Parts: sequence; structure tokens; C-alpha cells
Amino acid sequence: MRYIPNTDADCKAMLQAIGVRSVEELFADIPAAVRLKRPLKVPPALSESEVARQVRALADKNANADRYSMFLGAGCYNHFSPSILNHLVLRGEFLTPYTPYQPEVAQGTLQALYEYQTLICLLTGMDVSNASMYEGASATAEAALMAHRITGRSEVVMARAVHPEYRAVTRTYASQLGISFREVAFTEAGVTDIGQVRKMLSERVSCLVVQSPNFLGVIEDLTPLAEAAHAVGALLVVAVAEPVSLGIVKPPGECGADIVTGEGAGLGTGLNYGGPAVGFFATREKFMRHMPGRLVGETEDREGRTGYVLTLATREQHIRREKATSNICTSESLIANMSAMYMVTMGPQGLRDVALLNLRKAAYAKDRLAKVRGFSLRFTGPTFNEFVLRTKKKPGEILKGLLKRQIIGGLDLGRFYPELKDCLLVCVTEQNSRPEIDALAKALGGGR
Amino acid sequence: MSGTGNTIGTRGLVLNEPLIFEQGSPGRVGYSLPPVDVPEKKAEVLIPKRLLRDGIPGMPEVSEVDVIRHYTRISQWNYCVDLGFFPLGSCTMKYNPRINEDMARLPGFAKAHPYQPEELSQGALQLMWELEQYLAEVAGMDRVTLQPSAGAHGELTGLMMIRAYHTSRGNPRSKVLIPDSAHGTNPATSALCGYRVVPVKEGPRGIVEAKAVAEVMDNEVAAIMVTSPNTLGLFEDQIVEVSKIVHAKGGQVYCDGANLNSVMGISRPGDCGVDVIQINLHKTFSQPHGGGGPGAGPVALKKHLAPFMPVPTVEKKGNRLTLDFKRPKSIGKVRAFAASFGVLVRSYTYIRSMGSAGLRRASEVAVLNANYIQSQLKGTYHLPYDRHCMHECVFTDALQARHDIHTVDIAKRLIDYGFHPPTIYFPLIVKAALMIEPTETESKETLDQFIAAMKRIAQEAEENPEVLRQAPHNPKVTRMNETKAAREPKLRWRPTS
Repeated sequence: MRYIPNTDADCKAMLQAIGVRSVEELFADIPAAVRLKRPLKVPPALSESEVARQVRALADKNANADRYSMFLGAGCYNHFSPSILNHLVLRGEFLTPYTPYQPEVAQGTLQALYEYQTLICLLTGMDVSNASMYEGASATAEAALMAHRITGRSEVVMARAVHPEYRAVTRTYASQLGISFREVAFTEAGVTDIGQVRKMLSERVSCLVVQSPNFLGVIEDLTPLAEAAHAVGALLVVAVAEPVSLGIVKPPGECGADIVTGEGAGLGTGLNYGGPAVGFFATREKFMRHMPGRLVGETEDREGRTGYVLTLATREQHIRREKATSNICTSESLIANMSAMYMVTMGPQGLRDVALLNLRKAAYAKDRLAKVRGFSLRFTGPTFNEFVLRTKKKPGEILKGLLKRQIIGGLDLGRFYPELKDCLLVCVTEQNSRPEIDALAKALGGGR
Repeated sequence: MSGTGNTIGTRGLVLNEPLIFEQGSPGRVGYSLPPVDVPEKKAEVLIPKRLLRDGIPGMPEVSEVDVIRHYTRISQWNYCVDLGFFPLGSCTMKYNPRINEDMARLPGFAKAHPYQPEELSQGALQLMWELEQYLAEVAGMDRVTLQPSAGAHGELTGLMMIRAYHTSRGNPRSKVLIPDSAHGTNPATSALCGYRVVPVKEGPRGIVEAKAVAEVMDNEVAAIMVTSPNTLGLFEDQIVEVSKIVHAKGGQVYCDGANLNSVMGISRPGDCGVDVIQINLHKTFSQPHGGGGPGAGPVALKKHLAPFMPVPTVEKKGNRLTLDFKRPKSIGKVRAFAASFGVLVRSYTYIRSMGSAGLRRASEVAVLNANYIQSQLKGTYHLPYDRHCMHECVFTDALQARHDIHTVDIAKRLIDYGFHPPTIYFPLIVKAALMIEPTETESKETLDQFIAAMKRIAQEAEENPEVLRQAPHNPKVTRMNETKAAREPKLRWRPTS
């Protein structure tokens, strides 16, 4: 086997040095009753070329954004990834180290993560960021737990316009600790109903959780939501599932958010059928020690040279065990660094330009599709690169029809919102050309 | 003081590289975007001005060349498996095959959307379904959820399922039994599930004894979390009795499967009475660790827990594979979308490359390699549990401490010799532990070089201890001031203006 260097002769020499006759003897501690007495029922080994052929055959059975016009977003966005990102993350020095427990030989990962933390702060307008969480939904769940720890309160108010899977994961996490939930409806504008928020907030509430742009594509006005939360001593948690929006949309940190979480995969790390992705997690300086996850900090070595280490470990499971702020250990360093590479490559102008491109293309599509007979805009609020169309025909049938023209047309919202079962969520990114958008309009019956 | 003679560790040219924020110049760009082919409406026409940002002050402005140089330079400050031996016990990594990277990047996987229709995702679903069968077979379990994103996430998912199981029977129960040698994630996970941790002491042989479990087991114990093989590198040889005791009072047996890499095809946790186990794909199944993830922690379980699996599960209906969300007793979701799918592709490719016999061979050689190191270093270093080990061996600094040389000094000196240090000061039940795990992907020559370095360090401890206290000498930086980092936390760069 090419991944196992030791030959039979090597093994024999080692057995001799150990003083045993066979490998079997080394397993003597395993009681006979629990030894497996047959080979594993796993197929026999394949050569490199055979395995490549078989795995490729599986890949070829899937639709992908190269072969289809992709108008599906819903928390997983089809953005362009500059070639250099892939080349850099394939460098063995980034790909194959472990968590940087020995800083003297991990300064590359550590400096990259320190820069990642800074970039997330700049993008979200927050003070401090951790070195990554698994993905957007569980990061949001951890934010709710953090708010519970900070405030000592056990009620979460969450906008119904938050990604349904983020809501589901937050419920899963929080329900273990007896935290209760209430959901705030959205208005005809497609934004969280501030009136209802004010009614639901009380001194029992640990946090208000909203998403912007929300799952319906609409940009929330965060400032009044923050004021309402703060008025009762609750925290505002803002989830951002589409980080590219922050190239032009006012960052939550400038609107009073206390914790900003989200999905970083939009920053050039790819669709990957949903993962691996990367959760980001940023907060205010005063809450720094309540954060979950790894943190990289600057320090110096014995000779006064600047360097970086994992720090504030007294929050973490390997030190604090059951009193830790989270159980998180391995998270998503490589994907976090990949998203950092994206932000650095794009720079302030590129982040703005790509956001603007998304905004304009989506605005064009929105106009175009809303004029097609049988379709109209469901909500009136401002959107970024995603919007909701109300349809006369069943959304599921419409989507099925589009597949024949190699178009993945969006999401049937009835899957998550019974009240929106006559609605489609359509996403347009910089990857969708005008002819593609026109083809979509035409396929829906829009002529031209 | 840095000379280490004829060893693989040496000095070499590495370049200094400032933070990216200290580089670039206004107007320099590293990107290109397609032209705007739709009406160029101003942002404030589409979005109210109060919801727009002015800019992103502080974001660097650099060229593509700058980006490549920056990351290439800093990458060279990292030690990694591609460079050499990384015997970080319990965490360790085997070689990360490159074919796996190519497979994960096939457009049919890398550019597939998680919400695209099932009929257009049959390849992804089939891969997940097959991987579930393989992992279930290796672990000796009935079902596997592939959702969890890391080992600790798997633990959490597993314990949530156990809690849901007990709740469905009328009482979630209040306690979890955890041996002192457990990974820190076990107690942290228990707390996240609202359970109180009851510690269980290991016996003198370094394993959890049935009698100790019997003493603390009662009807309020939801589960025992046992790591087998454990963090001392020992097989929990009373696990069958332990499972019987726990089951007799209605408890569940959770196995931390971090060390499953040493028993593939040899013994299956499911046959030992285990009800739930997480499998660290980034250890046993060759997913690269990336300096702290992505990993994946699928959870294998017995069928009585299947109703509580997170949604969706992958089900086969005739020739068609489908995602099943209609599971009324499910704990719900633990992440968005189906899984860290790209990680699954790598581990699937690995399993198909290794095959049934190859997986067993990997475990055998991993255990052989660990025992070889143990046998060669015994006597030079103190071995607290002197018996054959499984995947890893645990030494201490007891013989060196008399020269005032400690585990950390030994670890740091190894860096000069060209090796990553072992896991140190863990497990907590061993004073000043050095936990060494080689895996099967290291050759005898590499192990011999490592053994020689360890012996030489022991000699240096006697003859020239100062060289150890000042180690490492060869890397770009020496020991870091971790106290300062924690006392005056500086977690980001800030614009000066």
C-alpha cells in the first residue's frame, strides 16, 4: 500500500526489537470475544486510476454550477473564487499541519488567522473575532448560548426571516439547556416586524437574533432593532449568511450589534454541496472572554520578536473542561484562511465592486422577472442579491420546467415557509450573465 | 547552541513578512471582475443610503503577486505532515493523500449546491450512503449521521441523541460518567447538554474498571463517555463489563472514537457494547487538518437511537437516494445543509483506496510503530504504564526532571531536530506527559531518526541542560510569551489613522 511505507522486512525488524513474534501479540489486550473474526465488509482496494474513475462517475451524476445556470442561493452562494486561493490552500504547509499548539513552528497559520480575525472585524465593524466556527448556523447557535451566559436569561427572540436551518440549529443547541424560543414575524416589506419585536422583548430575553440580508433577501434596518434589544438589556445577534453583501451594506457593528455571526463560504471558498464552510463570529471587546472558539493573539518571543499564539485558552475545553465556553476544538482554520485570502485579494475596492455587481444584476433580474406574466415581487423591502417572486403556477413545477433548460431557478419557499408556498427565492450573483438572466425570464414566459 | 549535527532539523532561509495590513498601496488591486452588463444603477437608488457603508477602511490594497508572496512566505513558517513526523498523540495526522484533494475539487462536488434537486444530486447522495455503510461496518454500528463538522461536534450530536432517547422514555437523566483520562471535549460536551459530570478514576492499569463504574452507576446516569483505545494508548479491556453495568441501569455507552485508527478490522466498538461513537475523519480517514480544520465527526449509532438522528438522513428507496427530513423524534439539525461534504469525499476516496485489508493493515502498522517507539525509548524516558500499547505511547519527564528539564523543554528541543513535538501535559492523569502517536504512514527510518533525537535530548538533559531550556533554536521565533498574550490580549491589527 503506497501510504504505508514499512515493508514486511521493516515490520519484522521492529517486531524483533520489541521482542514479540507477531503483530497479533500487540493486540493481546483486546478480549477474544470482541475481536473481529472476519474481514471488514468494505470493497477491496482500488488503484489510483480506478478510484479516480469511480469517484468521478459519482461526481458526474450531480448538477453543478458550471453546467447549469445557478439562481439558487438560500445561504450558499455561487461566487467566483480567484485561482490563487485554491493554489495557496493546497500548499502542504497550510493544508497539513495540526492546530497551532506549538507556536514556534506554526507562525504561518497563526499570522494568517490573526489577519483573518482582523479582516472579519473590518468587514463586520466589530471589535474582536475568533479564529472560526464550523459554519454559519452553529455559529449563530453558539451566539445564542453566549448571550445566555452573559445575561443569565433563558429566552431567545428570533426573527422568522432568519435562515430556517440557522433557526433549527439554534433550537437544537439551546433546547438542551432549557432555553425557550419565540419567533418574530416578517412584514409585507419582508423585514422583521419591529412592533412585534418590541412587544416580545422583555427582561427575560437574552438576545434578539436577526439576519441581514435576511433569508427573504431583504436588508434589515438593524439600528432600531439594536435599540429595542438594548432597551431591555438584551443583546442583538446579527447573522450574515451572505458576507459579500458587506462590501456595500452597512456593517452590523455600525448598527449596534453585540455579536455578529455568519457564513464565510461566500468569500470564495465554494459551494461544496454545503460544506466545508466556515462560521465567523465577532463581538464587542467587553464580551471577548465569553467567546467560544480559538483566539489568536499577538505577543513576542524571548528575543522580543513579534509573533502569534493561541490565547485566552482558559475559556476552552482542554483547560476548563465542563466550565468551558464551548466544546469546540477543531474548527475551520483552512477555510477561514481561504476566506481571508479572498478578502485580501479583493481588497476594499474589489469587495465593493463585487457587491455592487451582485446588487445591480439582481436588481436587473428583479425588474425583468417581475414583469413576466404570472410573477410579481412578494416583498417591498430593499434587497441585495436575492429576492422573492410570487408565482401563479406552483413553484415546484416552475423549477422542474427550468431544469430542462439547464437552469436551477431558485428555491421553492414552501419547503420552509407554508405561508410562502406560492413563492420562489431567486439569487443572482456576479456569476450570472445578463444573457443567462434573460434566458431565465424567457423560460418563465417573459418573451425576448 | 543550535548545532544539532547530522539530523534532519537545520537552519534555512526563511523570509520576514509583515502583516498584510502593512503592505500595498492605494489603488493596487489583486482581482478582476467581469464588466457590468446590466444598467449601472447607483447603490443608493437600490438601497436606502442609511443602510449603506462608506468603505472598508484598513482593508489592504495589494496585487495578486503580493498575495501569493505573502501567503507563500508565511506558509514556510509552519511545520506540517508533508514536511515530516508529527507525533501529536491523540490528535495526530497520517499522510494526506493528494488524490483525495483532486476528487473533492471535481466540479460535480465542489460546484454542487446543497439545495439543488435530489434527482440532480444522486452522485453526492450515493457517496454519502456508501460512506455511511463503510463507517458503520468499521465501527460495528447500525447507522451513521454524517452531519457533524468535527469530533467535538460529533460528541455533542451523540450526547444530544442520548438525551433525546432518555427523554422519550420519560427522564432525560442528569449525569454523565467521564474517566479522568478523557479529552476535555467530553466534559464540555456534557455541560452543553445540561449534564453534570461525574468523574471516574482509572484503575492502576490505566483503564476504567468495571467495579469503579458499578459504584457510581445509578438511574440518573444518562451515559458513560469512554475513550477506547484510551488516551494512554491502552485498549479499555473491561469495556464489555462496563457496558453491561451501564446498560443494566438503563444508561448508554458513548465511545469517543478519536483513536479508532488503531482497531480497524481488528475490533469494533459496536461489538463491545458501545451505543454511540464519533469518528474523526481528519484523523482515522486521512482528511487534512488544515491547521485547525475542516474536519468531520460522523456519529455511528445502534438502531435504538436511529429515530433521534439529526435530519436529514440519507435513505435508499429502490435505486433512488433521498434525503429524509420527516423524522419526528429527531434532535433536529446540528448544522446547515447536509454535511461537510468535501471532507466526506476525501474520506470516501481514502477508504476505496485502502480497501478492507488496507484499513486493517493501517491499524496494525500504526500499533506496531507506536510499540516500536515505546520499546526503544523505554528506560531513556519514564514509562508510567509499562505494557504493550495501541496507537500511542505515553512517557513522562520523571527521569529528566532531576536535571530540572521538563516535558516542555524536551518538546521544544525536538523542533530543533526536525520533528513536531508530541502532545504534552495530556492526559492529565499522567504528570508531565509526552504522548507520542506515530500512525502507520511513517517509515522505520523516520521512527529511528525520531528515537535517536529523543535519546540525544535525554543525553543533553544530563550534559547540557541549558540548550534544552533555551530551545527551540532553529525556528524563526523562540518560545513565545504566552502570559503576555493572555494578560494584554491583542487579537487584531488596528488602523492607525
